[in-house]
Amino acid sequence: MREKKKYVILSFHTTTEAMSFEKQCMSNEIPGRLIPIPREITAGCGLAWRIGAEEYPDCRQKIQDLQMKYQDAVELLL
Amino acid sequence: MIYMDSSATSFLKPPQVEEAVCRAFHTMGNAGRGAHAATLGAARMIYDTREKLAELFHIREPFRIAFTSNATESLNIAIGGLVRPGDHAITTACEHNSVLRPLYVKESQGASLTILDADEKGRIAYEKLEQVRQEHTRAVVITHASNLTGNVTDLARVSAFTRKYGILLIVDASQTAGSIPIDVEKMGVDVLCFTGHKGLMGPQGTGGIYVREGISITPLKVGGSGIHSFDKTHPADMPTALEAGTANGHGIAGLNAALDFLKETGVEAVHQKEMELAGRFAENVGKIPGVTIYGDLSGKLRAPIVSLNIGELDSAVVSDILWDDYEICVRAGAHCAPLMHQALGTVEQGAVRFSFSYFNTEEEVDTAVQAVREIAEEQ
Repeated sequence: MREKKKYVILSFHTTTEAMSFEKQCMSNEIPGRLIPIPREITAGCGLAWRIGAEEYPDCRQKIQDLQMKYQDAVELLL
Repeated sequence: MIYMDSSATSFLKPPQVEEAVCRAFHTMGNAGRGAHAATLGAARMIYDTREKLAELFHIREPFRIAFTSNATESLNIAIGGLVRPGDHAITTACEHNSVLRPLYVKESQGASLTILDADEKGRIAYEKLEQVRQEHTRAVVITHASNLTGNVTDLARVSAFTRKYGILLIVDASQTAGSIPIDVEKMGVDVLCFTGHKGLMGPQGTGGIYVREGISITPLKVGGSGIHSFDKTHPADMPTALEAGTANGHGIAGLNAALDFLKETGVEAVHQKEMELAGRFAENVGKIPGVTIYGDLSGKLRAPIVSLNIGELDSAVVSDILWDDYEICVRAGAHCAPLMHQALGTVEQGAVRFSFSYFNTEEEVDTAVQAVREIAEEQ
């Protein structure tokens, strides 16, 4: 049985915003990766950024400081 | 990596396509802009590609084909230029948003729209065509194959209806051009909208629209045409009427090479191999407990698409496991086909779509089956 883990899922207004977010994560050593957006957030398709819930608190300030754009941050068990 | 997302784009292509695009960078100028070697090189390549497409789709006059950037642009040209305020249009629940959204725009501008429903297997309610027809029905806009179920539309039945009443038949061939034989004359197609980068195996940014002789479409774009430069209006003759601006010559050169490959191999042979792979996959995943396959698998003619779900698992999660653990590329979610998902009852869950290419192998199919089995067994 695949073990479910807690993640923080960041959603975006557009795919372009998601790609911009990924690029900034890579250049600023923010962990995580792009995933297909889970249905708990929307059934309308798209990309989301997945960060381990334990890693998120450290990243959160960095994301704010860099004024990185995203729509919402939701904690999910995936 | 195992690529099974060919309904999204033909990632797996004949190598000649890439070579042709690279060659084009060194040989092609801007087509129709003068008579030096570089511009004529481009014009000749584009014309030759037009002829090859005409041959493929059994179109008598190559100039009835205009190049576009994709099927969405072609559908916007067709629907935008043919459906007028006060007209009635008929479409189906099987359509992609590239058909639905332009029609909704027309609806907001005073046209009326009827959407034929589909059953839980995605089968269109053809029997309702007669009863939904109105005196001012202008067009039936319909997909040749669903991008979600792979069900192929019975175009003979639809064109018998459109011909009987002089209604325009606009066909979205996004999932069939290059993969299933198309004969616009025999099929009674008035306007064929196709993309170059899926079944035709060409580069992205290529596509086209065939418009039957006698039909005039108000263009979506006007501008540079390379001819009649002092006229205030854009030339009305096909294909110039629908080709304002510089064509994607480099992409079209790649499409030309892909068409050569398709001719040498044969569309029927391509389809047969793709369907053997899709059939092998469907047969084996169908035996796995908890797996639901969508669509009418009993159809004689199908597109090489198998969409499924595993139990109640979110399709987005399944597709991510397939990529992360198995390096298998598929498409989850709604596939830009909202009404099809409503008919199948998969609005919330979405579906995991496997779509097959001529270049996939039986070994890859078996690996994908095993991956689905393992994910299902974990539940």
